Amino acid sequence: MTVITSGLRYLKEGVTPHMWCPGCGNGIVLNALLRAFEELAYKNEETVVATGIGCWGKADDYVVTNGFHGTHGRALAFATGMKAFNPRLNVVVLMGDGDCITIGGNHFIHAARRNIDVTAIVVNNFNFGMTGGQVSGTTPFGMFTSTTTYANPERDFDICALADVAGANYVARGTPWHGFELEENIKEALNKRGFSVVEVFSPCPTHYGKYNKMGTPVEMLKRIREMALPKEEYARLDPAQKEAYFPIGKLVDRDDPDFNARYDEVRSRAMKG
Amino acid sequence: MCLARPERKRYTCPVVKKTENTPTRLVQGNQAIAEGALYAGAGFYAGYPITPSSEIAEECSVVLPGIGGMYIQMEDEIASIAAVIGASLAGAKAFTATSGPGFSLMQENLGFAVMGEVPCVVIHVQRSGPSTGLATKPAQADVMQVRWGRHGDQTLIALCPATVRECFELTVQAFNLSEKYRTPVVLVSDEVVAHMRENLRVPEEGELAIIDRKEPSVPPSEYKPFQADEDGIAPLAAYGSHYVFHVSSSMHGPDGLSNNDPANAAWKIDQIHRKIDIHRDEIVMTRAFDTDDAEVLVVAFGITTRASRAAAAQARGAGIKAGVLQLQTLWPFPDKEIRCAAQGARRVIVPEMNYAGQAANEVRRVLGPDRDIRGVNSFNGQIIWPQDILKTIMA
Repeated sequence: MTVITSGLRYLKEGVTPHMWCPGCGNGIVLNALLRAFEELAYKNEETVVATGIGCWGKADDYVVTNGFHGTHGRALAFATGMKAFNPRLNVVVLMGDGDCITIGGNHFIHAARRNIDVTAIVVNNFNFGMTGGQVSGTTPFGMFTSTTTYANPERDFDICALADVAGANYVARGTPWHGFELEENIKEALNKRGFSVVEVFSPCPTHYGKYNKMGTPVEMLKRIREMALPKEEYARLDPAQKEAYFPIGKLVDRDDPDFNARYDEVRSRAMKG
Repeated sequence: MCLARPERKRYTCPVVKKTENTPTRLVQGNQAIAEGALYAGAGFYAGYPITPSSEIAEECSVVLPGIGGMYIQMEDEIASIAAVIGASLAGAKAFTATSGPGFSLMQENLGFAVMGEVPCVVIHVQRSGPSTGLATKPAQADVMQVRWGRHGDQTLIALCPATVRECFELTVQAFNLSEKYRTPVVLVSDEVVAHMRENLRVPEEGELAIIDRKEPSVPPSEYKPFQADEDGIAPLAAYGSHYVFHVSSSMHGPDGLSNNDPANAAWKIDQIHRKIDIHRDEIVMTRAFDTDDAEVLVVAFGITTRASRAAAAQARGAGIKAGVLQLQTLWPFPDKEIRCAAQGARRVIVPEMNYAGQAANEVRRVLGPDRDIRGVNSFNGQIIWPQDILKTIMA
């Protein structure tokens, strides 16, 4: 019999209902993360959940581990200092698409290049939800937001592809529809030494869905499910078809030495003089 | 089971050992700052190179890994101060060094360090501006930026060295004050002090007091990271210790969790200011040179202190009783000390390398509008010479 963990013991008492809108994916992602914590038996005192600013950036207030709520876009830089100084900490960074790749893009690519052993859980809802649904670095070309009334003239970032070429050891993508698969990917990411990224394509019915006439929260979630294909299946599509879909699951998995391992080598050389 | 705290060694400056038989060495200001930081127990440096501060980074990159510490070069100054704050919360004495444009980039996260009450030290080697300016000629034009550069109600401590020896000693002080009061401290140097070389006798281990942050003693379940003791300062645990805690940029209660209640916000803003206000006598350091009988008082800081002292000595030779008050602490501003030193003076002169007279205006605020307060200002990348100040003393 499969025992399904609830993750409840990592959720702070008295914080529900949370502040996220009905239909938002954040609650499902947080649940997957807390279940992963439980299955990996993470200790509160050894774990830091670090956030930036945005809807997903509120999540640190809901967990019983150490919490850190930083400035917009800089969570990875703060986390780098924590992990670099104390490699025994489990440092998990929660960012939206604004934090991760719009204002914080420089820190994201350098965290991947540096291969710092932290896990980034990126909820990408294709717009700035907290501030009222403005365009972000992941809003696709031609889509509508509160600041792209005449359609977005810019292209979007592919966060997973960027993490891959920048050197992350582990990259996966999921959706709130695929909650159990998401939890598995988060567990793999937490277990991976080096920089790991799990991106979640998530619905924002309140803003992005409204501006793009995507219907009810359920319809929006179904739309995301229909667009999500396993990596192998996605790879078989011809380029024209690919625009209507995206790959989910584990996309990158390698074992390059992480920053702290490399820095220990520096220390050895320095100590030899 | 809990994680052991990362070992925090009392780092002794390795260079001292090599030169046991030579009491003094010829040392550059920036080098003295790096050595002072190591003496104070710094174990973590994160930074981004910028002239005229880069020697501090270079020295740390050589020494820190060899003593179990860490030097990490970040992608920009925003990330540098962020990594310093992160490391500090993991238990490190952490610092960074920068200049002009880099200091501007650090402002937002310096505000975080104020809000999160995170001990950290920023070495700011002032250079000409605005923007890239006269790269990288000296200036003292960031007096106000150091104090007010961040948005919101906030305060911090700033110290200002005038000699290589002070580069060392005030860096040690910067760490001590930062640890003691759980606040960022800015050491405000300038390009001339940074690149000047003077004899330095590095103090023996134990010669200068070293202060570590106050750690909690309550059981973990009772720990509140922002609950101040009677001295106004809350003990700070480390991530990875057996305490679990929360640090936030958002308005928070004593438990560190978000709290938007107006009474709570008033409490928090008061706590940030109060812990520095009530200890200001321990924080404010000045040096008085011939001020007791001074009819003309020169109030100076940083490199300009040296020209001021030379000018005052020359004025005494010419029969005018001149004295110098050096502000080693720039913020909180030494109101009381200035008022006291200026008591018998008919004229007060404030030489500084900026256009607006940033420090002079503070002195005017302290002494009132009826006093004869004159600025001597340089804003072309050239230092102020003794004769520039002497002219205003004799005028």
